Amino acid sequence: MSFLSYLINGISLGSIYAIIALGYTMVYGIARMLNFAHGDIIMVGGFVIFTVVSTLSLPPALGILAAVVLCTILGVVIERVAYKPLRGASSLAVLITAIGVSYLLQNVALLIFGSNARQFTSVVNVPGLKLADGALTISGVTMVTIVTCIVIMAALTQFINRTKVGQAMLAVSEDKGAATLMGIDVNRTIAITFAIGSALAAVAGALLCSTYPSLTPYTGSMPGIKAFVAAVFGGIGSIPGAFIGGVLLGVIENLSKAYISSQLSDAIVFSVLIVVLLVRPTGILGKKIMEKV
Amino acid sequence: MAMLDVRNIGISFGGLKAVDDFSVAIEKGQLYGLIGPNGAGKTTVFNLLTGVYKPDNGSIQLDGRNLTGKSTIEINKAGIARTFQNIRLFKELSVLDNVKAGLHNYYSYSAVTGILRLPKYHKVEREMNERAMELLKVFDLDKEWDYKASNLPYGKQRKLEIARALATDPKLLLLDEPAAGMNPNETAELMDTIRFVRDEFDMTILLIEHDMKLVSGICEKLTVLNFGQVLTQGETSEVLNDKRVITAYLGE
Amino acid sequence: MKSKNKILVQNSITYGLVILCWILAEVLIRTGNMSSLMKGLLVPLCIYVILAVSLNLTVGILGELSLGHAGFMCVGAFSGAFFTKVMETVIPSVGLRFFLALLIGAAVAGIFGILIGIPVLRLKGDYLAIVTLAFGEIIKNLINVMYVGKDSTGFHFSTKDTLSLGLDESGVVLIKGAQGITGTPKAATFTIGVLLVLLTLFIVLNLINSRTGRAIMSIRDNRIAAESIGINITKYKLMAFAISAALAGVAGVLYAHNLSSLAATPKSFGYNMSIMILVFVVLGGLGNIRGSIIAAVVLTMLPELLRGLNDYRMLIYAVVLIVMMIFNSSPKAIEMRAVFMEKLRKNRKSTTKEAA
Repeated sequence: MSFLSYLINGISLGSIYAIIALGYTMVYGIARMLNFAHGDIIMVGGFVIFTVVSTLSLPPALGILAAVVLCTILGVVIERVAYKPLRGASSLAVLITAIGVSYLLQNVALLIFGSNARQFTSVVNVPGLKLADGALTISGVTMVTIVTCIVIMAALTQFINRTKVGQAMLAVSEDKGAATLMGIDVNRTIAITFAIGSALAAVAGALLCSTYPSLTPYTGSMPGIKAFVAAVFGGIGSIPGAFIGGVLLGVIENLSKAYISSQLSDAIVFSVLIVVLLVRPTGILGKKIMEKV
Repeated sequence: MAMLDVRNIGISFGGLKAVDDFSVAIEKGQLYGLIGPNGAGKTTVFNLLTGVYKPDNGSIQLDGRNLTGKSTIEINKAGIARTFQNIRLFKELSVLDNVKAGLHNYYSYSAVTGILRLPKYHKVEREMNERAMELLKVFDLDKEWDYKASNLPYGKQRKLEIARALATDPKLLLLDEPAAGMNPNETAELMDTIRFVRDEFDMTILLIEHDMKLVSGICEKLTVLNFGQVLTQGETSEVLNDKRVITAYLGE
Repeated sequence: MKSKNKILVQNSITYGLVILCWILAEVLIRTGNMSSLMKGLLVPLCIYVILAVSLNLTVGILGELSLGHAGFMCVGAFSGAFFTKVMETVIPSVGLRFFLALLIGAAVAGIFGILIGIPVLRLKGDYLAIVTLAFGEIIKNLINVMYVGKDSTGFHFSTKDTLSLGLDESGVVLIKGAQGITGTPKAATFTIGVLLVLLTLFIVLNLINSRTGRAIMSIRDNRIAAESIGINITKYKLMAFAISAALAGVAGVLYAHNLSSLAATPKSFGYNMSIMILVFVVLGGLGNIRGSIIAAVVLTMLPELLRGLNDYRMLIYAVVLIVMMIFNSSPKAIEMRAVFMEKLRKNRKSTTKEAA
């Protein structure tokens, strides 16, 4: 029974990674950049909810809404100001800029909220589930997280396959030049991608902080890196890959925490990543790239 | 026996036979042309000969030595050097250093010798510089020796690539569309250079080219490739007058 | 040859710059014009310079993105400090122990570089970046659960706690898990640091301007062409990566001997440290060794010089970083700069003409 409980919690944690990884993967697929600041958007989302719910004492739903709206705007603004001027520059230059943005977000949060951890009140008010005569308890947050992740995955897949904007995103990720020739507004498509990714990060922030209720300016940093790993794991650029990668990562992390060592769980997660990449150099669902001679 | 003896090599990519049952025999000192319409598989043949791809079947021999399935590096050491259709220079290195990189296996000293600047370093570097400058002079690039390779004009970049390939001291030189993007004057000059290289370095040359003036001007023998298969091969004048060749290029 | 002289002059400027900085700092110290805060920064500055120069070998010269440089520094720091602790009674001279520790730290980090490089260097670009990041984190994680003790019966290892080492009365705990190693002698001085910087420069600059360096850079510029002229890609990639790791190990040993206690915290050896070093390298210019030195010094001093601004200093640092990257690398900015330079040149030409 305890195994089942660890597994379910792992899937829940993995669902959060998956939601964050979606943002990573979409942005990478379209802009070919590692957006290191993505994790910090989660933190911003967390603090927005914290302010709305705990400081202003407004309902949690409003908090989530505010977080999604603000993070979406923030994502688009960051893209416009910091990344767009660097389109066409080396990927390393963009990477360093993203790191700069990450520092910026962290330090702004540090100025406003200080470095002490804030107690985050869960935004999920769903009662837990007791199964098998109380031997197995699944908390409300866990269930909501898993369901949210599945809903987001399904919606996003539909969005990309069914809508014009989604098709444009696919086209841009395949070939920017050809997409431009087909009359697709590449800049707008990239901006929309950032908007969606950041909105998802806000949702991830709400779920992450509800599960682990301590909030600091660095809260998003490690989950961001883990989600990045999850995206690479599943094959960066692939949406189902982000899902599989995220969930696998969460499960491996939770099970190794439970059965091997809590201090070594990160090392185990990273080792699995390395093994996967050595066997499949572009991740589980990644495309094979061949260099033309 | 032929210097390069290729027998029945082939390769498929995902079910598509890119090159099928390709054979060729090239004598020492020959100037040999490989022609055919776009997509016929000419560059794939080069990639097979240089170990970029391993042939699914068939054999490759150079001077009686079996090179089938060997790595690019081993094949280069065995004596095959090449240029590329889309120029592949070491862009950030100087013109001189591009050629010196080609001399890598010809003149040698260890990394430690280099770091500690031992006497051998100075001696070998001096020899390398002399040899590299000699090669650059052949291609009339000696005045630009300290330019960054990417700053050279297009025609000179093609020449530098040939110089770099020659620096590895090959027996057989493969040129992939050496005249691509050149104007008629440059092409004429290139033809002289290729002939000069063959005579001066006692070189055997196999080249891919679309410029028929160049092909008929310098190639002694030709192989025509179409849809991955050999259409015909033989003396240049005969091949170029072959009806099938004309059809392959122009269509029915 | 002319190019040889040009390189000689360039390299001399780089060495000269370091020596000049050393003289300047010594004068300030001797005349009592240096704050204790600055004094405390001197050895870390040397550490960062060594790290930046060595990382530039991987990122700028070899052209492979590594986000795990701090991991190699960590390996060097711990193996060096461990040696110094173990040999405390065998070799009483602190200086000699420190010297040997430097060699050992470099060797162990170099070996790690090879061990990690063999599987990893087959990957490319962003994938290599994430795997090196992962390795850095794994190393940090493993050291955090490592307990090593020594008693009359020999060495004892554990991954649990000090008790499970099972030491007898004569036992001493050498590495205490997350607390790391305590009581390393503070043997690092600014002068030793500068000497190590010069040594690093000697190795890296001479390597670049040699047959080996040419092979490494040819792989960076065009791997397929490098292979076609018979350059052994794996060998030279590994060599660059291992030398880079070994030098990071030297920086680590210096770091360990500048503090009395050494712990593998995320701050000192986490990916954030690797990223910070990468920032030095990129801002200093890929492949530009002198640039790495200057960037490391300026960017380390900047937050300290802004200390008066207190809470805002890291904020300013972040903004400076973003603005500099956009100014340096944005295609538009590059174009604007080119136009501006052209105008400047024309103006100068016309003025000289008028003068004539």
